[in-house]
Amino acid sequence: MTVETLLADLSLMTPELVLAIGALVLLLVGVYWRSEHGGSRIVMRLSMLLLVGAAGAAIYLAQGPGGDTFNGAFTVDAFGLYAKTAIFLAAAVALLLAFKYLETEKLAKFEYPVLVALAALGMAIMVSADDLITLYLGLELQSLSLYILAAFNRDSLRASEAGLKYFVLGALSSGLLLYGSSLVYGFSGTTEFAGIAIAASEEGTNVGLLFGLVFVVSGLAFKISAAPFHMWTPDVYEGAPTPVAAFFATAPKLAARALLARVLTEPFGAMVDQWQQVIILLAILSMAVGSFGALIQTNIKRLMGYSSIGNVGYALVGLSAGTAIGVWSVLLYFTLYIIGVAGAFAVILSMRKAEGMVERIDDLAGLSKTRPTLAWAMTALMFSIGGMPFLVGFFGKFFVFYAAVEAGLVWLVIIAVLFSSVSIAYYLRVVKVIWFDEPTGEFLPAPAGVAFVSRAAGLATVLLLPIMIGLISLVVNAGGGIGG
Amino acid sequence: MLDQLPILTAITFLPTLGAIAILLARAFMRREDAAILDRNIKWVALLVTSVVLALTVFLVFEFDAGQPGYQFVHQIDWLSSLGINYKMGVDGLSVLFVLLTAFLMPICILASWGITKRVADYMVAFLLLETLVIGVFCALDLVLFYIFFEGSLIPMFLIIGVWGGQNRIYAAFKFFLYTFLGSVLMLAAMIVMFVQAGTTDVEVLQQFPFAESLQTWLWLGFFASFAVKMPMWPVHTWLPDAHVQAPTAGSVILAGILLKLGGYGFLRFSLPMFPDASEFFAPMVFVLSIIAIVYTSIVAFRQTDIKKLIAYSSVAHMGFVTMGLFAMNELGVQGAIFQMISHGFISGALFLCVGVIYDRFHTRDIAFYGGLVHKMPVFAVFFGLFAMANVGLPGTSGFVGEIMTMMGAFQVDPRVAFGAALGVIFSAVYMLTVYKKVVFGEITNPKLESATDLDRREWINLSVLAALTIYFGFLTTPITDTTKASVDALIQQYQAALVTDVEPPAGEAEG
Repeated sequence: MTVETLLADLSLMTPELVLAIGALVLLLVGVYWRSEHGGSRIVMRLSMLLLVGAAGAAIYLAQGPGGDTFNGAFTVDAFGLYAKTAIFLAAAVALLLAFKYLETEKLAKFEYPVLVALAALGMAIMVSADDLITLYLGLELQSLSLYILAAFNRDSLRASEAGLKYFVLGALSSGLLLYGSSLVYGFSGTTEFAGIAIAASEEGTNVGLLFGLVFVVSGLAFKISAAPFHMWTPDVYEGAPTPVAAFFATAPKLAARALLARVLTEPFGAMVDQWQQVIILLAILSMAVGSFGALIQTNIKRLMGYSSIGNVGYALVGLSAGTAIGVWSVLLYFTLYIIGVAGAFAVILSMRKAEGMVERIDDLAGLSKTRPTLAWAMTALMFSIGGMPFLVGFFGKFFVFYAAVEAGLVWLVIIAVLFSSVSIAYYLRVVKVIWFDEPTGEFLPAPAGVAFVSRAAGLATVLLLPIMIGLISLVVNAGGGIGG
Repeated sequence: MLDQLPILTAITFLPTLGAIAILLARAFMRREDAAILDRNIKWVALLVTSVVLALTVFLVFEFDAGQPGYQFVHQIDWLSSLGINYKMGVDGLSVLFVLLTAFLMPICILASWGITKRVADYMVAFLLLETLVIGVFCALDLVLFYIFFEGSLIPMFLIIGVWGGQNRIYAAFKFFLYTFLGSVLMLAAMIVMFVQAGTTDVEVLQQFPFAESLQTWLWLGFFASFAVKMPMWPVHTWLPDAHVQAPTAGSVILAGILLKLGGYGFLRFSLPMFPDASEFFAPMVFVLSIIAIVYTSIVAFRQTDIKKLIAYSSVAHMGFVTMGLFAMNELGVQGAIFQMISHGFISGALFLCVGVIYDRFHTRDIAFYGGLVHKMPVFAVFFGLFAMANVGLPGTSGFVGEIMTMMGAFQVDPRVAFGAALGVIFSAVYMLTVYKKVVFGEITNPKLESATDLDRREWINLSVLAALTIYFGFLTTPITDTTKASVDALIQQYQAALVTDVEPPAGEAEG
């Protein structure tokens, strides 16, 4: 290996390197910075800058041809770069949401932004993995950071419980994934995706490989909180500090989803007939759990947890098509979903009364009277997440269903639309509380960052509609790289 | 020259601009200016809807009734690489519905002049609703149509839920979930069509030969949506609740315009795109229509709530529409469109009449009233006129629609027309009964002694509607001439599709 090739290899990893080195430097800054707030404020700001910078690097790389590095262990393609950009930006928004909250809740420690940056780094490695080992490395870096974040409010019983629950179940899922990977390695003789693809495309069903695949998918299903591996989601969403839940709901979901899409289409693309049934089962169960589970929730964070399970179900409908359209429709779905969820969590973070943060759905009562602008924003966001036209969330649903119909899965789409009319009911309930109920008290003014995110996301759900084609051509370009 | 101007887009989105202006004005107002703002907002809403009406009248004058195709077509690339575009246009089938919407909106704003609760949100909801409904009638792209069609649920949900009666939350949810469930099945059908044809352009899809077996499934998907919206028996049960709970203007919009979306959908999609399936299911539609006409008329007779009674009578009248549409001859289809337009202002006027007495006495209970003629003679005249029109008295527009649809159905199957005629008799029974109970007799309820007759706003609203009811009762040609060319083309295409059973190029998708 010469210096030139090493440099070429490293240049493809610019976003990851920026994050890795940046995060380590920020740790030092945090330790040595002396000021009123300790290092937390400066590290927070610099981390946001770092994430935006990494996103910029990813966008810059997307102009080039990409390629494989480190002997095929790490691949840089349009798909990965699109996912990375979205992940970094979502992480930056999550930090923006966390900024003031952590200070008022006395949680402002400089480790928080560094952990978010490290989690984002793990996700970036995940979505670029071209080898089972890289995949596992990235996944674990992400998961370990997230375990700590979930329990970040360590004096709170609920947060510790959420963190522990997440850790135990997450470790179990990692175990499943590792076991599956070892089976795949044993039966294909390689950990590289390209090699596995060759083994998978051989004549006849390779039962061992199939076994491995099922375990790998189960492990990943934990990460994306697809039913029946969803149990941790509502508890973690409810127990973890709200900005952490906002982070959980956005970037890691997209990363795990992108990883799943890559694993299913690249190494196991030839086994589509086998994994399709598994994905369809996961999709139907997730939609059912997400739709019916959310109906009886009274805590809005829990509601968002169930909503995310349901939304994973709809996205899996698109993925089950096993086509290129399926892949890009899923990317589109999650991009629009992230916009909606980031906005919704910004609204949840605005729910602060004199006695502290509140998170019952009923606390939103009469919001349309007390804070009309926030009420309109939340209404738009709820309908967008629910997939109602004329809000952009509709196009997410439309194209995942389109992908499924195109692959001949009309019956699945009919099931999905029926579930969507169940799930719209709980989004409607939030809207009802906002508009129809009488106010029970006014919220304190939200921090500027939170207010900005809630309004910007609310506006985006409408304003993106005329310029949808731009977003779609981005995801089509990104999804074109993999799948087939 | 006019064809180049995007007049339809202007008409559609002008109300949205008004809504944005109102929201901005509110966002930047000071709290002590709230009262002034509320008054100005009403004027802004009235002004915007009036301008839309003026533009629409202009549009109808410029509209070339002799030409069956789409006019004023305006297309912008949207998701063009996928075959989805922003495309607007009107033909003889839709142009009158646009006019109806534009016409009823200022009336609704006027009828809501007395509203004091959250005026800004109220007007914004109505203006958004106007955009969405006009958009439904103008959209020439399936996805665009769906967006407008489904989007109209959101403002209506808020209108019923925020400004409605006591049981408004139940009614709002029932309204939303019923129609949503129907629409998502249509969405599934639309996606299948999109995959088959590779485009969502309505003009292309109307020529696209869908396989006969596939048509059945697609037709059912669309039917699920339009039947609920219509509403047809037995999926009509959301309507009485929604009507009773909605504020007066909400009821007017609901009965006058939103119910027409279903009928329009049949005209624009089901009949031209799935002719074989339409022919196959026509007997079923006839049976459902007859049940709707007869059954809901009987149900209406037993109501004690005056709004509920009118709601059930609306279901019955929509039964005439579906009957006429699926008769699929010129009289039937023309009659169905005529019936929809005329029902638009007759039922709207009836709900305004109920609104007049509700505003004064805050009850819709029929037993509460009696002898209003002594105190409110002008109201009695108007209410009588619209009650007669609702019954279908010759000389009112209600008669024309009913007789045309019945004659159309008679040509297909006399038994159907016979069943519908029974409904006409029943409608006379319940309408005359309620009129007698409310208006005639002696005043027995002392609370009615203080009744005052119509004020100027009410007078304007009702007299305009009354003039139209009588005008179209005698002179039907302004409506039938406008629709004739398009209806003829529709029927020709329909018959041609039935005769030549072309084999589709694409394979079938499994349902």
